[in-house]
Amino acid sequence: MHTSTLIILLLGLMSLAYYFGRKRSLSLVGGKVRDLHSLPSYYGMQTAMWCGIPALILLAFWLSFEESVVTGMVVESLPQEVQNLPPERLDLVLNDVRNLSQGDIVSSTVDQTMQQAADHYTSLMSISHMALFVVALSVAILAGLWAQRTITREQRARNRVEKAINFFLLSSSTLAIFTTVGIVLSVLFESVRFFQQIPVTEFLFGLEWSPQTAIRPDQVGSSGVFGSVPLFAGTMLITLIAMIVAVPIGLMSAIYMAEYASKHFRTLAKPVLEVLAGIPTVVYGFFAALTVAPFFRDLGTDIGLTVSSESALAAGVVMGIMIIPFVSSLSDDVINAVPQAMRDGSYGLGATRSETIRNVIIPAALPGIVGGVLLAVSRAIGETMIVVMAAGLSANLTANPLEAVTTVTVQIVTLLVGDQEFDSAKTLAAFALALVLFVITLALNMIALHIVRKYREQYE
Amino acid sequence: MNNQQQQHKKTMDRVQKGLDRRYRQERHFQWLGLGAIILGLVFVSFLFITIISNGYTAFQQTYVKLDVFYDPEMIAPIGETDPEVLSRANYGGLIKASMRQMFPDVTNRREKKVLYGLISSGAAYEIRDAVMNNPELIGTKQEVWVVADDDFDMLIKGHIDLRLPESDRRIKDNQLAWIHDLQEQDRVEKRFNTTFFTAGDSREPELSGIKGAAYGSFFTLLICLTIAFPVGVAAAVYLEEFAPKNRWTDIIEVNINNLAAVPSIVFGLLGLAVFINFFGLPRSVPLVGGLVLALMTLPTIIIASRAALKSVPPSIREAALGVGASPMQTITHHVLPLALPGMLTGTIIGMAQALGETAPLLMIGMVAFIVDVPGSVMDPSAVLPVQIYLWADSPERAFVERTSAAIMILLAFLISMNLLAVWLRKKFERRW
Repeated sequence: MHTSTLIILLLGLMSLAYYFGRKRSLSLVGGKVRDLHSLPSYYGMQTAMWCGIPALILLAFWLSFEESVVTGMVVESLPQEVQNLPPERLDLVLNDVRNLSQGDIVSSTVDQTMQQAADHYTSLMSISHMALFVVALSVAILAGLWAQRTITREQRARNRVEKAINFFLLSSSTLAIFTTVGIVLSVLFESVRFFQQIPVTEFLFGLEWSPQTAIRPDQVGSSGVFGSVPLFAGTMLITLIAMIVAVPIGLMSAIYMAEYASKHFRTLAKPVLEVLAGIPTVVYGFFAALTVAPFFRDLGTDIGLTVSSESALAAGVVMGIMIIPFVSSLSDDVINAVPQAMRDGSYGLGATRSETIRNVIIPAALPGIVGGVLLAVSRAIGETMIVVMAAGLSANLTANPLEAVTTVTVQIVTLLVGDQEFDSAKTLAAFALALVLFVITLALNMIALHIVRKYREQYE
Repeated sequence: MNNQQQQHKKTMDRVQKGLDRRYRQERHFQWLGLGAIILGLVFVSFLFITIISNGYTAFQQTYVKLDVFYDPEMIAPIGETDPEVLSRANYGGLIKASMRQMFPDVTNRREKKVLYGLISSGAAYEIRDAVMNNPELIGTKQEVWVVADDDFDMLIKGHIDLRLPESDRRIKDNQLAWIHDLQEQDRVEKRFNTTFFTAGDSREPELSGIKGAAYGSFFTLLICLTIAFPVGVAAAVYLEEFAPKNRWTDIIEVNINNLAAVPSIVFGLLGLAVFINFFGLPRSVPLVGGLVLALMTLPTIIIASRAALKSVPPSIREAALGVGASPMQTITHHVLPLALPGMLTGTIIGMAQALGETAPLLMIGMVAFIVDVPGSVMDPSAVLPVQIYLWADSPERAFVERTSAAIMILLAFLISMNLLAVWLRKKFERRW
């Protein structure tokens, strides 16, 4: 709450600064705007920026370092034997201190030193908040005043403001780079720690996956084996089923929409099909687990097959349904990009419509379609909720779609949800899986975008 | 001559024969296409029918009428108004007493427990709130409608198959008899389920609601929007209007396209590693969720905004530059206002995507069981899709209908957002 009040105060100060900056620029030239280098509003904006930006930067820095500085001071005030605890234990103690100062439930018994530490923490925090308030506001006022005082008629306010905006635009566009770098670094960093414990070859080529590491040496069923082949096999199986559903249906409906359907039919059916693309994946997951999986299981029982209630078939079919609009809209684009002249040429030779489509349009659009299918595959591989809710949890190296298999994304979720410790191979394995997932989808995308772009250039 | 004619006829026959075959193929091909579309439409309607038929009953809840005697001995002496005393009284006992009174034949301890189980454990809180609001109730006897237990509710809604043997049913035969008695006396009624919209999560299906998740979604989207929209538009403006054509710009562009296709769960891992482990932000809070979703929707917004900027004709820019505007003024005064509807459309679609996203939020701990309705972006909370995921995992039959109902609410939000985007596009679309 403190921070938001401060931000609102700063925004208020900024608008005041704008007003006074503008007023001063006008009073300098006696109201004759023509004598100023820039429009008065630019002087106002310049003053507002001086007032707000340094204070906001200060605020951001303060907030990001406040916690660690205060914690450090609290640790120093703790008795020597607590300070010498191993880091994890010390973290626990500090957590308790924090909870105690907020009046929350504490895990250990509260003794004199704990209470003292908590009080110390509370007082330091409130001092820090007060100091932040005073410092940030005075920085804002001083910088704003200085900027307002130094306004002259020759000052190039517009250029300065535009430079600042330009800097904001540039840094916004580099955020995408930072995101990618952040993903790569965060995943890579933890993966390296994982590979220090488990050899890369075992991870990539091992045929058994059983991430439960034993707490006691004699524990049963907790081998801690990290061979990721069954996970990737399971992912591929479900993706394959999804593609078998999605590609024919998506492609055929795109062809029908583009070549046969009347305008009326298209305006009606297209948005309805696109609804499938807008449905959240958690809904598909629920649908798969509640309706489709039991349906396949009962069907299997009727014809004498044992179908697991978490079969790869159910998850794959539902994932296929989800991907239909994706395939169809991408193929629609490439089919429409085929020049009309090629169609006319084919009709002129006496070909029927379907012959034109099969022998002229599809071969011409093939690279684009392949690119689209690759994009769809990359989506299916990275899809999480459907498989989390409808596929199995235990690794199973099989090609039988009626059995339960698990996937990479399911394992990432099960390894990380509800798990706080960050050093075990089990948690780190999730990051290693994510690294492989990221690399595979990235490669598929690069290839697909390359194919699509190359093909598009051909007809432009 | 004759021979030639015959030859010609033969060729025509062959062509004719082939033509039939080709026309047949043509029809088959067309049917195949139509079949694919119809199959797609069938999937859509089947999905919606399943969800709606499972979920519509959740908007009603069974209530039971009890004659509750606000016993001064069990609550507090008549005239007591101190909330401390009032809040600590045993209100569950009042309900039990009134149940005992209605079914005096039930004497066995075990049976009594089953009998009390017909009423939700939340009923005691309802009675407590009534007394706290109006302490004058103490000492009087009132007719009170209280929430029925979820199994009772399921029976009334017809979700329990009575043909099953008793041991396989959640409602036993003696409970059936009591419920029958209650129905005879007109003490059972289905009403609009307000709890569903005013409560947070709960372990008891009849007391659970989506308000907490809806607020969580709202705060998360708020953060997501305040970050993703300005940054996305700024990035699009820079790339489209100011960026020099060089390697660096190319790298940024390729990057944005690739980010758009990175699996969403990877963004969740980014959030876990960077925001939670590195910056030390708390788990399960909408602030972190919003940040992660902002990074995820950024490519969508940038791509849509760039398309919108591209569609503004160069003549507008040239005219503005021609009368002496600076490049920045050209953009902010002329190009941006014209491109804004397109950008907003893209942003709404990005927000709809973020609203339905689940996987990255699981990674940053937004799956915790949270009863309280969040009051700010720093309070732990769930979001709608995560609530759906949590309820879908619960074994109670009553959670199935609540999951479906929550899905209906979520879909209603998503569809209205998409309709808004379509409307915006239709209304402000300009052909130059």
